[in-house]
Amino acid sequence: MEKLINEFSFGLFFWQLLIFVGLILILKKFAWKPILDALNERENSIKESLESAQRAKDEFSKIKSDNEKILNDAKKERDFLISDAKKTGREIVEDAKNVAKIESEKIIENARESITKEKDLILKDLKFQVIDLSVEIASKILKKELSEKQKQDDYVQKLIDEIELK
Amino acid sequence: MIKSTISLLYILAASMVSYSTSYKDDENGYKNLKQEITDYILHHVQDSHDFGLLSYKDKKTNRKVYIGIPLPIIIYDKGFKFFMSSKFDHGRQVAKIDDSYYVLHHDKIYKSDSNGTISYGKNGNPQNIKPLDFSITKSVISIIFVSILMYLLFRNLAQSYNKNGLISSGVGRFFEPLIVYIRDDIAIPNIGLKHYKRFMSFLLTIFFFVWFCNILGLTPLGVNVTGNIAITFCLALLTFIITTISGTKDYWMHIFWMPGMPLPMKIIMAPIELLGVFIKPFTLMIRLYANILAGHIVMMTLISMIFLFRNFIGSGLSFLLAFFISIIEILVALLQAYIFTILSALYFGFAVEEHDH
Repeated sequence: MEKLINEFSFGLFFWQLLIFVGLILILKKFAWKPILDALNERENSIKESLESAQRAKDEFSKIKSDNEKILNDAKKERDFLISDAKKTGREIVEDAKNVAKIESEKIIENARESITKEKDLILKDLKFQVIDLSVEIASKILKKELSEKQKQDDYVQKLIDEIELK
Repeated sequence: MIKSTISLLYILAASMVSYSTSYKDDENGYKNLKQEITDYILHHVQDSHDFGLLSYKDKKTNRKVYIGIPLPIIIYDKGFKFFMSSKFDHGRQVAKIDDSYYVLHHDKIYKSDSNGTISYGKNGNPQNIKPLDFSITKSVISIIFVSILMYLLFRNLAQSYNKNGLISSGVGRFFEPLIVYIRDDIAIPNIGLKHYKRFMSFLLTIFFFVWFCNILGLTPLGVNVTGNIAITFCLALLTFIITTISGTKDYWMHIFWMPGMPLPMKIIMAPIELLGVFIKPFTLMIRLYANILAGHIVMMTLISMIFLFRNFIGSGLSFLLAFFISIIEILVALLQAYIFTILSALYFGFAVEEHDH
Protein backbone atom coordinates (compact mmCIF):
# COMPACT_ATOMS: atom_id res chain seq x y z
CA MET A 1 0.00 0.00 0.00
CA GLU A 2 2.82 2.37 0.92
CA LYS A 3 4.51 1.51 -2.33
CA LEU A 4 1.30 2.27 -4.19
CA ILE A 5 1.02 5.67 -2.55
CA ASN A 6 4.69 6.29 -3.18
CA GLU A 7 4.27 5.42 -6.81
CA PHE A 8 1.27 7.66 -7.21
CA SER A 9 2.13 10.60 -9.41
CA PHE A 10 -0.10 13.59 -8.94
CA GLY A 11 1.03 15.13 -12.20
CA LEU A 12 0.05 12.07 -14.18
CA PHE A 13 -3.30 11.95 -12.36
CA PHE A 14 -3.86 15.59 -13.21
CA TRP A 15 -3.12 15.12 -16.90
CA GLN A 16 -5.16 11.93 -17.08
CA LEU A 17 -8.16 13.62 -15.48
CA LEU A 18 -7.89 16.65 -17.74
CA ILE A 19 -7.34 14.71 -20.96
CA PHE A 20 -9.84 11.97 -20.19
CA VAL A 21 -12.69 14.29 -19.22
CA GLY A 22 -11.89 16.41 -22.28
CA LEU A 23 -11.86 13.26 -24.40
CA ILE A 24 -15.27 12.19 -23.07
CA LEU A 25 -16.78 15.60 -23.85
CA ILE A 26 -15.19 15.89 -27.29
CA LEU A 27 -16.07 12.34 -28.29
CA LYS A 28 -19.60 12.81 -26.97
CA LYS A 29 -20.07 15.77 -29.28
CA PHE A 30 -18.20 14.56 -32.35
CA ALA A 31 -18.44 10.80 -32.15
CA TRP A 32 -20.69 9.03 -29.67
CA LYS A 33 -23.80 11.13 -30.15
CA PRO A 34 -23.76 11.05 -33.96
CA ILE A 35 -22.78 7.36 -33.99
CA LEU A 36 -25.50 6.32 -31.55
CA ASP A 37 -28.04 8.51 -33.31
CA ALA A 38 -27.09 7.00 -36.65
CA LEU A 39 -27.28 3.49 -35.21
CA ASN A 40 -30.68 4.20 -33.68
CA GLU A 41 -31.91 5.77 -36.87
CA ARG A 42 -30.67 2.84 -38.88
CA GLU A 43 -32.23 0.31 -36.54
CA ASN A 44 -35.51 2.20 -36.60
CA SER A 45 -35.48 2.38 -40.37
CA ILE A 46 -34.78 -1.36 -40.56
CA LYS A 47 -37.59 -2.01 -38.12
CA GLU A 48 -39.94 0.26 -40.02
CA SER A 49 -38.99 -1.31 -43.33
CA LEU A 50 -39.68 -4.77 -41.95
CA GLU A 51 -42.96 -3.63 -40.50
CA SER A 52 -44.03 -1.94 -43.70
CA ALA A 53 -43.02 -5.03 -45.65
CA GLN A 54 -45.17 -7.09 -43.31
CA ARG A 55 -47.99 -4.60 -43.70
CA ALA A 56 -47.64 -4.73 -47.48
CA LYS A 57 -47.70 -8.50 -47.31
CA ASP A 58 -50.83 -8.44 -45.16
CA GLU A 59 -52.39 -5.86 -47.44
CA PHE A 60 -51.54 -7.96 -50.44
CA SER A 61 -53.01 -11.12 -48.98
CA LYS A 62 -56.08 -9.14 -47.95
CA ILE A 63 -56.41 -7.77 -51.47
CA LYS A 64 -55.93 -11.25 -52.82
CA SER A 65 -58.66 -12.67 -50.63
CA ASP A 66 -60.85 -9.69 -51.51
CA ASN A 67 -60.21 -10.35 -55.15
CA GLU A 68 -61.14 -13.96 -54.75
CA LYS A 69 -64.27 -12.97 -52.93
CA ILE A 70 -65.16 -10.49 -55.65
CA LEU A 71 -64.44 -13.09 -58.27
CA ASN A 72 -66.62 -15.62 -56.50
CA ASP A 73 -69.37 -13.06 -56.13
CA ALA A 74 -69.06 -12.20 -59.78
CA LYS A 75 -69.24 -15.86 -60.72
CA LYS A 76 -72.33 -16.35 -58.57
CA GLU A 77 -73.84 -13.21 -60.02
CA ARG A 78 -73.06 -14.41 -63.51
CA ASP A 79 -74.54 -17.85 -62.87
CA PHE A 80 -77.58 -16.24 -61.37
CA LEU A 81 -77.90 -13.85 -64.27
CA ILE A 82 -77.50 -16.62 -66.79
CA SER A 83 -80.06 -18.83 -65.13
CA ASP A 84 -82.34 -15.84 -64.72
CA ALA A 85 -81.90 -14.93 -68.35
CA LYS A 86 -82.60 -18.50 -69.38
CA LYS A 87 -85.73 -18.53 -67.28
CA THR A 88 -86.84 -15.19 -68.65
CA GLY A 89 -86.09 -16.38 -72.15
CA ARG A 90 -88.13 -19.47 -71.62
CA GLU A 91 -90.96 -17.43 -70.20
CA ILE A 92 -90.83 -15.02 -73.12
CA VAL A 93 -90.88 -17.89 -75.57
CA GLU A 94 -93.76 -19.46 -73.67
CA ASP A 95 -95.67 -16.20 -73.63
CA ALA A 96 -94.97 -15.61 -77.27
CA LYS A 97 -96.17 -19.11 -78.05
CA ASN A 98 -99.35 -18.57 -76.08
CA VAL A 99 -99.97 -15.21 -77.66
CA ALA A 100 -99.28 -16.64 -81.09
CA LYS A 101 -101.59 -19.55 -80.39
CA ILE A 102 -104.41 -17.26 -79.29
CA GLU A 103 -103.79 -14.95 -82.20
CA SER A 104 -103.62 -17.75 -84.68
CA GLU A 105 -106.80 -19.23 -83.29
CA LYS A 106 -108.41 -15.86 -83.58
CA ILE A 107 -107.23 -15.50 -87.14
CA ILE A 108 -108.41 -18.96 -88.00
CA GLU A 109 -111.76 -18.20 -86.42
CA ASN A 110 -112.05 -15.00 -88.35
CA ALA A 111 -111.04 -16.75 -91.51
CA ARG A 112 -113.56 -19.44 -90.88
CA GLU A 113 -116.26 -16.91 -90.22
CA SER A 114 -115.44 -14.94 -93.34
CA ILE A 115 -115.25 -18.15 -95.34
CA THR A 116 -118.68 -19.14 -94.10
CA LYS A 117 -120.01 -15.71 -94.95
CA GLU A 118 -118.44 -15.84 -98.39
CA LYS A 119 -119.78 -19.30 -98.91
CA ASP A 120 -123.29 -18.19 -97.97
CA LEU A 121 -123.03 -15.23 -100.27
CA ILE A 122 -121.72 -17.39 -103.07
CA LEU A 123 -124.41 -19.97 -102.48
CA LYS A 124 -127.07 -17.28 -102.49
CA ASP A 125 -125.67 -15.84 -105.66
CA LEU A 126 -125.45 -19.29 -107.14
CA LYS A 127 -129.08 -19.95 -106.23
CA PHE A 128 -130.20 -16.81 -107.94
CA GLN A 129 -128.15 -17.63 -110.99
CA VAL A 130 -129.50 -21.19 -111.04
CA ILE A 131 -132.99 -19.82 -110.71
CA ASP A 132 -132.37 -17.36 -113.50
CA LEU A 133 -130.83 -20.05 -115.65
CA SER A 134 -133.66 -22.44 -114.88
CA VAL A 135 -136.24 -19.79 -115.64
CA GLU A 136 -134.49 -18.95 -118.90
CA ILE A 137 -134.11 -22.55 -119.79
CA ALA A 138 -137.73 -23.20 -118.91
CA SER A 139 -138.90 -20.21 -120.87
CA LYS A 140 -136.86 -21.27 -123.84
CA ILE A 141 -138.22 -24.80 -123.56
CA LEU A 142 -141.74 -23.48 -123.21
CA LYS A 143 -141.34 -21.20 -126.16
CA LYS A 144 -140.15 -24.06 -128.28
CA GLU A 145 -142.80 -26.43 -126.99
CA LEU A 146 -145.59 -24.02 -127.27
CA SER A 147 -144.87 -22.88 -130.76
CA GLU A 148 -147.15 -25.48 -132.16
CA LYS A 149 -150.79 -25.23 -131.52
CA GLN A 150 -151.33 -28.74 -130.56
CA LYS A 151 -148.72 -28.77 -128.13
CA GLN A 152 -150.03 -25.62 -126.56
CA ASP A 153 -153.35 -27.19 -126.11
CA ASP A 154 -151.94 -30.35 -124.78
CA TYR A 155 -149.98 -28.44 -122.23
CA VAL A 156 -152.92 -26.39 -121.28
CA GLN A 157 -154.87 -29.54 -121.01
CA LYS A 158 -152.23 -31.09 -118.92
CA LEU A 159 -152.08 -28.04 -116.63
CA ILE A 160 -155.85 -28.07 -116.39
CA ASP A 161 -155.70 -31.71 -115.45
CA GLU A 162 -153.19 -31.06 -112.90
CA ILE A 163 -155.18 -28.38 -111.33
CA GLU A 164 -157.66 -29.90 -109.04
CA LEU A 165 -160.46 -27.88 -107.78
CA LYS A 166 -160.36 -27.36 -104.23
CA MET B 1 -8.95 -19.79 -15.77
CA ILE B 2 -6.57 -17.37 -17.50
CA LYS B 3 -5.24 -16.09 -14.18
CA SER B 4 -4.47 -19.61 -12.99
CA THR B 5 -2.78 -20.41 -16.31
CA ILE B 6 -0.62 -17.33 -16.01
CA SER B 7 0.33 -18.09 -12.43
CA LEU B 8 1.15 -21.70 -13.36
CA LEU B 9 3.41 -20.52 -16.15
CA TYR B 10 4.96 -18.02 -13.81
CA ILE B 11 5.75 -20.68 -11.22
CA LEU B 12 7.19 -22.89 -13.95
CA ALA B 13 9.33 -20.06 -15.24
CA ALA B 14 10.49 -19.12 -11.75
CA SER B 15 11.54 -22.69 -10.98
CA MET B 16 13.49 -22.83 -14.22
CA VAL B 17 15.31 -19.62 -13.29
CA SER B 18 16.27 -20.93 -9.88
CA TYR B 19 17.37 -24.22 -11.42
CA SER B 20 19.65 -22.58 -13.92
CA THR B 21 21.02 -20.03 -11.48
CA SER B 22 22.50 -22.71 -9.26
CA TYR B 23 24.97 -23.48 -11.98
CA LYS B 24 26.09 -19.99 -12.76
CA ASP B 25 25.79 -18.25 -9.42
CA ASP B 26 29.52 -17.75 -9.21
CA GLU B 27 29.66 -15.83 -12.43
CA ASN B 28 29.81 -12.19 -11.60
CA GLY B 29 28.60 -10.97 -14.94
CA TYR B 30 25.55 -13.16 -14.71
CA LYS B 31 24.62 -11.60 -11.37
CA ASN B 32 25.01 -8.17 -12.89
CA LEU B 33 22.77 -9.16 -15.76
CA LYS B 34 20.11 -10.37 -13.35
CA GLN B 35 20.30 -7.12 -11.41
CA GLU B 36 20.16 -5.16 -14.61
CA ILE B 37 17.09 -7.04 -15.78
CA THR B 38 15.33 -6.44 -12.47
CA ASP B 39 16.15 -2.76 -12.61
CA TYR B 40 15.10 -2.59 -16.21
CA ILE B 41 11.72 -4.21 -15.55
CA LEU B 42 11.06 -2.03 -12.53
CA HIS B 43 12.08 0.99 -14.54
CA HIS B 44 9.83 0.00 -17.40
CA VAL B 45 6.66 -0.45 -15.38
CA GLN B 46 7.06 3.05 -14.00
CA ASP B 47 6.33 6.27 -15.75
CA SER B 48 9.32 7.91 -17.39
CA HIS B 49 10.36 11.48 -18.05
CA ASP B 50 11.70 10.72 -21.48
CA PHE B 51 10.48 8.48 -24.28
CA GLY B 52 13.24 5.91 -24.32
CA LEU B 53 13.29 3.54 -27.27
CA LEU B 54 16.42 1.55 -26.45
CA SER B 55 19.62 1.74 -24.45
CA TYR B 56 22.93 -0.07 -24.67
CA LYS B 57 26.38 0.09 -23.11
CA ASP B 58 29.09 1.65 -25.23
CA LYS B 59 32.10 -0.69 -24.93
CA LYS B 60 34.73 2.07 -25.46
CA THR B 61 33.52 4.66 -22.95
CA ASN B 62 31.80 2.07 -20.74
CA ARG B 63 28.84 4.43 -20.57
CA LYS B 64 25.20 3.68 -21.14
CA VAL B 65 23.85 5.22 -24.32
CA TYR B 66 20.14 6.03 -24.43
CA ILE B 67 18.23 6.45 -27.65
CA GLY B 68 14.90 8.18 -27.27
CA ILE B 69 13.04 11.45 -27.27
CA PRO B 70 13.41 13.93 -24.40
CA LEU B 71 10.08 15.17 -23.06
CA PRO B 72 9.13 18.52 -21.54
CA ILE B 73 9.25 18.81 -17.78
CA ILE B 74 6.85 21.06 -15.94
CA ILE B 75 7.36 21.40 -12.19
CA TYR B 76 5.78 23.69 -9.65
CA ASP B 77 8.30 24.92 -7.12
CA LYS B 78 7.52 28.54 -6.24
CA GLY B 79 6.22 29.12 -9.75
CA PHE B 80 6.08 26.89 -12.78
CA LYS B 81 9.35 25.83 -14.37
CA PHE B 82 9.66 24.40 -17.85
CA PHE B 83 12.63 22.56 -19.33
CA MET B 84 13.42 19.47 -21.34
CA SER B 85 14.23 16.16 -19.68
CA SER B 86 17.53 16.05 -21.59
CA LYS B 87 18.89 18.35 -18.87
CA PHE B 88 18.86 15.43 -16.45
CA ASP B 89 20.70 13.15 -18.89
CA HIS B 90 18.80 10.15 -17.50
CA GLY B 91 19.57 11.02 -13.90
CA ARG B 92 23.31 11.48 -14.46
CA GLN B 93 23.23 15.26 -14.31
CA VAL B 94 21.89 17.85 -11.92
CA ALA B 95 19.55 20.30 -13.64
CA LYS B 96 20.04 23.93 -12.60
CA ILE B 97 16.90 25.96 -13.16
CA ASP B 98 16.64 29.53 -11.79
CA ASP B 99 19.13 29.04 -8.95
CA SER B 100 17.47 25.77 -7.89
CA TYR B 101 18.96 22.33 -8.43
CA TYR B 102 16.92 19.25 -9.31
CA VAL B 103 17.89 15.65 -9.68
CA LEU B 104 16.14 12.68 -11.25
CA HIS B 105 16.15 9.66 -8.97
CA HIS B 106 14.25 6.55 -10.06
CA ASP B 107 12.24 8.71 -12.48
CA LYS B 108 11.16 11.09 -9.75
CA ILE B 109 12.27 14.70 -9.51
CA TYR B 110 13.76 15.88 -6.21
CA LYS B 111 15.06 19.24 -5.15
CA SER B 112 18.76 19.06 -4.35
CA ASP B 113 21.97 21.06 -4.11
CA SER B 114 24.58 21.67 -6.78
CA ASN B 115 26.16 18.25 -6.16
CA GLY B 116 22.84 16.44 -6.45
CA THR B 117 23.01 14.84 -3.01
CA ILE B 118 20.04 12.85 -1.89
CA SER B 119 19.51 12.16 1.79
CA TYR B 120 17.76 8.91 2.58
CA GLY B 121 15.45 8.29 5.49
CA LYS B 122 15.22 5.23 7.68
CA ASN B 123 13.13 3.25 5.24
CA GLY B 124 15.48 4.01 2.40
CA ASN B 125 13.24 6.57 0.72
CA PRO B 126 14.71 9.92 -0.31
CA GLN B 127 13.92 12.73 2.12
CA ASN B 128 14.47 15.58 -0.33
CA ILE B 129 11.62 17.92 -1.24
CA LYS B 130 9.54 16.69 -4.16
CA PRO B 131 8.27 19.58 -6.26
CA LEU B 132 4.83 19.10 -7.82
CA ASP B 133 5.52 17.37 -11.09
CA PHE B 134 3.21 18.18 -14.01
CA SER B 135 5.64 16.91 -16.62
CA ILE B 136 4.51 15.61 -19.97
CA THR B 137 5.80 12.14 -19.24
CA LYS B 138 5.82 9.05 -21.41
CA SER B 139 2.41 8.08 -20.06
CA VAL B 140 0.99 11.54 -20.74
CA ILE B 141 2.30 11.35 -24.32
CA SER B 142 0.67 7.92 -24.64
CA ILE B 143 -2.63 9.23 -23.27
CA ILE B 144 -2.54 12.11 -25.74
CA PHE B 145 -1.71 9.71 -28.56
CA VAL B 146 -4.58 7.36 -27.64
CA SER B 147 -6.94 10.33 -27.30
CA ILE B 148 -6.05 11.70 -30.73
CA LEU B 149 -6.32 8.22 -32.23
CA MET B 150 -9.76 7.73 -30.68
CA TYR B 151 -10.89 11.17 -31.80
CA LEU B 152 -9.84 10.58 -35.41
CA LEU B 153 -11.18 7.04 -35.50
CA PHE B 154 -14.61 7.69 -34.05
CA ARG B 155 -15.16 11.06 -35.67
CA ASN B 156 -14.39 9.36 -38.95
CA LEU B 157 -16.89 6.63 -38.11
CA ALA B 158 -19.50 9.20 -37.13
CA GLN B 159 -19.04 11.09 -40.38
CA SER B 160 -19.15 7.97 -42.52
CA TYR B 161 -22.80 7.42 -41.51
CA ASN B 162 -23.88 10.67 -43.10
CA LYS B 163 -21.82 10.17 -46.22
CA ASN B 164 -22.87 6.63 -46.82
CA GLY B 165 -26.57 6.61 -46.05
CA LEU B 166 -26.45 5.24 -42.47
CA ILE B 167 -23.95 2.53 -43.38
CA SER B 168 -20.54 2.90 -41.80
CA SER B 169 -17.41 2.70 -43.86
CA GLY B 170 -13.68 2.90 -43.33
CA VAL B 171 -11.58 1.71 -40.40
CA GLY B 172 -14.16 2.78 -37.85
CA ARG B 173 -16.46 0.12 -39.22
CA PHE B 174 -14.52 -2.47 -37.27
CA PHE B 175 -15.54 -0.78 -34.01
CA GLU B 176 -19.22 -0.43 -34.81
CA PRO B 177 -20.15 -3.92 -33.55
CA LEU B 178 -18.28 -3.17 -30.32
CA ILE B 179 -20.23 0.05 -29.86
CA VAL B 180 -23.46 -1.85 -30.46
CA TYR B 181 -22.28 -4.56 -28.05
CA ILE B 182 -21.52 -2.03 -25.32
CA ARG B 183 -24.93 -0.47 -25.81
CA ASP B 184 -26.98 -3.68 -26.06
CA ASP B 185 -25.08 -6.04 -23.79
CA ILE B 186 -23.37 -3.80 -21.25
CA ALA B 187 -25.31 -0.57 -20.85
CA ILE B 188 -28.93 -1.60 -21.43
CA PRO B 189 -29.03 -4.82 -19.32
CA ASN B 190 -27.14 -3.25 -16.40
CA ILE B 191 -28.52 0.28 -16.35
CA GLY B 192 -31.93 -0.15 -17.97
CA LEU B 193 -33.51 1.32 -21.04
CA LYS B 194 -34.68 4.42 -19.25
CA HIS B 195 -31.35 5.78 -18.05
CA TYR B 196 -28.64 4.14 -20.12
CA LYS B 197 -28.25 6.99 -22.62
CA ARG B 198 -26.75 9.32 -20.00
CA PHE B 199 -23.86 6.94 -19.35
CA MET B 200 -23.10 5.84 -22.88
CA SER B 201 -20.43 8.47 -23.58
CA PHE B 202 -18.52 7.56 -20.45
CA LEU B 203 -18.81 3.81 -20.97
CA LEU B 204 -17.77 3.94 -24.61
CA THR B 205 -14.88 6.28 -23.92
CA ILE B 206 -13.60 4.26 -20.98
CA PHE B 207 -13.89 0.96 -22.85
CA PHE B 208 -11.96 2.09 -25.89
CA PHE B 209 -9.51 4.15 -23.87
CA VAL B 210 -8.59 1.26 -21.59
CA TRP B 211 -8.48 -1.19 -24.45
CA PHE B 212 -6.30 0.98 -26.66
CA CYS B 213 -3.97 1.81 -23.76
CA ASN B 214 -3.68 -1.90 -22.92
CA ILE B 215 -2.88 -2.75 -26.53
CA LEU B 216 -0.42 0.13 -26.74
CA GLY B 217 1.27 -1.32 -23.66
CA LEU B 218 1.85 -4.57 -25.58
CA THR B 219 3.73 -2.84 -28.39
CA PRO B 220 7.53 -2.70 -28.20
CA LEU B 221 7.25 1.02 -27.43
CA GLY B 222 7.10 -0.14 -23.83
CA VAL B 223 4.53 2.21 -22.43
CA ASN B 224 2.63 1.16 -19.33
CA VAL B 225 -0.36 3.46 -19.08
CA THR B 226 -3.11 1.33 -17.58
CA GLY B 227 -0.60 -0.38 -15.30
CA ASN B 228 -0.07 2.91 -13.53
CA ILE B 229 -1.94 3.54 -10.29
CA ALA B 230 -2.53 7.22 -11.06
CA ILE B 231 -4.33 6.36 -14.30
CA THR B 232 -6.53 3.63 -12.84
CA PHE B 233 -7.21 5.83 -9.81
CA CYS B 234 -8.43 8.57 -12.12
CA LEU B 235 -10.68 6.20 -14.08
CA ALA B 236 -12.09 4.61 -10.92
CA LEU B 237 -12.60 8.06 -9.39
CA LEU B 238 -14.67 9.11 -12.38
CA THR B 239 -16.81 5.99 -12.03
CA PHE B 240 -17.20 6.76 -8.33
CA ILE B 241 -18.13 10.41 -8.96
CA ILE B 242 -20.66 9.54 -11.65
CA THR B 243 -22.20 6.82 -9.48
CA THR B 244 -22.44 9.19 -6.53
CA ILE B 245 -23.97 12.13 -8.36
CA SER B 246 -26.45 10.01 -10.29
CA GLY B 247 -27.51 8.08 -7.19
CA THR B 248 -31.23 8.36 -6.60
CA LYS B 249 -32.94 8.77 -3.24
CA ASP B 250 -33.67 5.07 -3.45
CA TYR B 251 -29.98 4.26 -3.87
CA TRP B 252 -28.95 6.17 -0.78
CA MET B 253 -31.82 4.73 1.19
CA HIS B 254 -30.60 1.25 0.28
CA ILE B 255 -27.18 2.18 1.63
CA PHE B 256 -28.08 3.91 4.88
CA TRP B 257 -31.45 2.44 5.73
CA MET B 258 -32.01 -0.84 3.92
CA PRO B 259 -35.76 -1.24 3.55
CA GLY B 260 -37.44 -4.49 4.47
CA MET B 261 -34.96 -5.41 7.18
CA PRO B 262 -35.28 -5.52 10.97
CA LEU B 263 -33.90 -2.51 12.83
CA PRO B 264 -30.69 -4.09 14.21
CA MET B 265 -29.83 -5.37 10.75
CA LYS B 266 -30.37 -1.90 9.34
CA ILE B 267 -27.85 -0.50 11.80
CA ILE B 268 -25.34 -3.23 10.97
CA MET B 269 -25.85 -2.95 7.23
CA ALA B 270 -25.39 0.81 6.99
CA PRO B 271 -21.60 0.93 7.59
CA ILE B 272 -21.04 -2.17 5.45
CA GLU B 273 -23.00 -0.70 2.57
CA LEU B 274 -21.25 2.64 2.98
CA LEU B 275 -17.90 0.88 2.86
CA GLY B 276 -19.08 -0.91 -0.28
CA VAL B 277 -19.57 2.43 -1.99
CA PHE B 278 -15.84 3.06 -1.72
CA ILE B 279 -14.67 -0.51 -2.13
CA LYS B 280 -16.39 -0.90 -5.49
CA PRO B 281 -14.34 1.77 -7.31
CA PHE B 282 -11.29 0.78 -5.29
CA THR B 283 -11.45 -2.76 -6.64
CA LEU B 284 -11.86 -1.33 -10.13
CA MET B 285 -8.66 0.62 -9.66
CA ILE B 286 -6.65 -2.26 -8.23
CA ARG B 287 -7.97 -4.88 -10.68
CA LEU B 288 -6.95 -3.00 -13.80
CA TYR B 289 -3.66 -1.82 -12.31
CA ALA B 290 -2.61 -5.22 -11.00
CA ASN B 291 -3.62 -7.16 -14.09
CA ILE B 292 -1.78 -4.95 -16.52
CA LEU B 293 1.24 -4.51 -14.28
CA ALA B 294 1.50 -8.25 -13.65
CA GLY B 295 1.12 -8.93 -17.36
CA HIS B 296 3.97 -6.58 -18.17
CA ILE B 297 6.22 -8.01 -15.48
CA VAL B 298 5.53 -11.59 -16.49
CA MET B 299 6.12 -10.87 -20.14
CA MET B 300 9.30 -8.96 -19.57
CA THR B 301 10.57 -11.64 -17.20
CA LEU B 302 9.94 -14.33 -19.78
CA ILE B 303 11.61 -12.33 -22.51
CA SER B 304 14.64 -11.57 -20.33
CA MET B 305 14.89 -15.27 -19.43
CA ILE B 306 15.79 -15.90 -23.05
CA PHE B 307 19.01 -14.01 -22.32
CA LEU B 308 19.50 -15.57 -18.90
CA PHE B 309 19.42 -19.20 -20.06
CA ARG B 310 21.85 -18.83 -22.92
CA ASN B 311 21.10 -22.34 -24.11
CA PHE B 312 18.88 -23.62 -26.85
CA ILE B 313 16.31 -25.50 -24.75
CA GLY B 314 15.82 -22.97 -21.98
CA SER B 315 15.81 -19.96 -24.24
CA GLY B 316 13.57 -21.71 -26.72
CA LEU B 317 11.09 -22.59 -24.01
CA SER B 318 11.21 -19.05 -22.68
CA PHE B 319 10.57 -17.76 -26.14
CA LEU B 320 7.56 -20.05 -26.55
CA LEU B 321 6.23 -19.05 -23.15
CA ALA B 322 6.71 -15.37 -23.90
CA PHE B 323 4.97 -15.87 -27.21
CA PHE B 324 1.93 -17.54 -25.68
CA ILE B 325 1.77 -15.08 -22.81
CA SER B 326 1.77 -12.29 -25.40
CA ILE B 327 -1.26 -13.85 -27.04
CA ILE B 328 -2.97 -14.21 -23.68
CA GLU B 329 -2.11 -10.61 -22.88
CA ILE B 330 -3.88 -9.47 -26.04
CA LEU B 331 -6.96 -11.21 -24.71
CA VAL B 332 -6.40 -9.77 -21.24
CA ALA B 333 -6.16 -6.28 -22.76
CA LEU B 334 -9.68 -6.61 -24.14
CA LEU B 335 -10.96 -8.51 -21.12
CA GLN B 336 -9.83 -5.89 -18.62
CA ALA B 337 -11.38 -3.10 -20.67
CA TYR B 338 -14.60 -5.12 -20.81
CA ILE B 339 -14.57 -5.82 -17.08
CA PHE B 340 -13.93 -2.19 -16.21
CA THR B 341 -16.77 -1.10 -18.47
CA ILE B 342 -19.30 -3.70 -17.35
CA LEU B 343 -18.60 -3.11 -13.67
CA SER B 344 -18.90 0.65 -14.13
CA ALA B 345 -22.20 0.06 -15.90
CA LEU B 346 -23.30 -2.21 -13.06
CA TYR B 347 -22.52 0.45 -10.45
CA PHE B 348 -24.37 3.08 -12.48
CA GLY B 349 -27.24 0.62 -12.68
CA PHE B 350 -27.32 0.33 -8.89
CA ALA B 351 -27.34 4.10 -8.61
CA VAL B 352 -30.31 4.69 -10.91
CA GLU B 353 -32.23 1.49 -10.15
CA GLU B 354 -35.90 1.92 -9.35
CA HIS B 355 -37.25 -0.49 -6.79
CA ASP B 356 -40.83 -1.50 -6.32
CA HIS B 357 -41.60 -1.82 -2.64
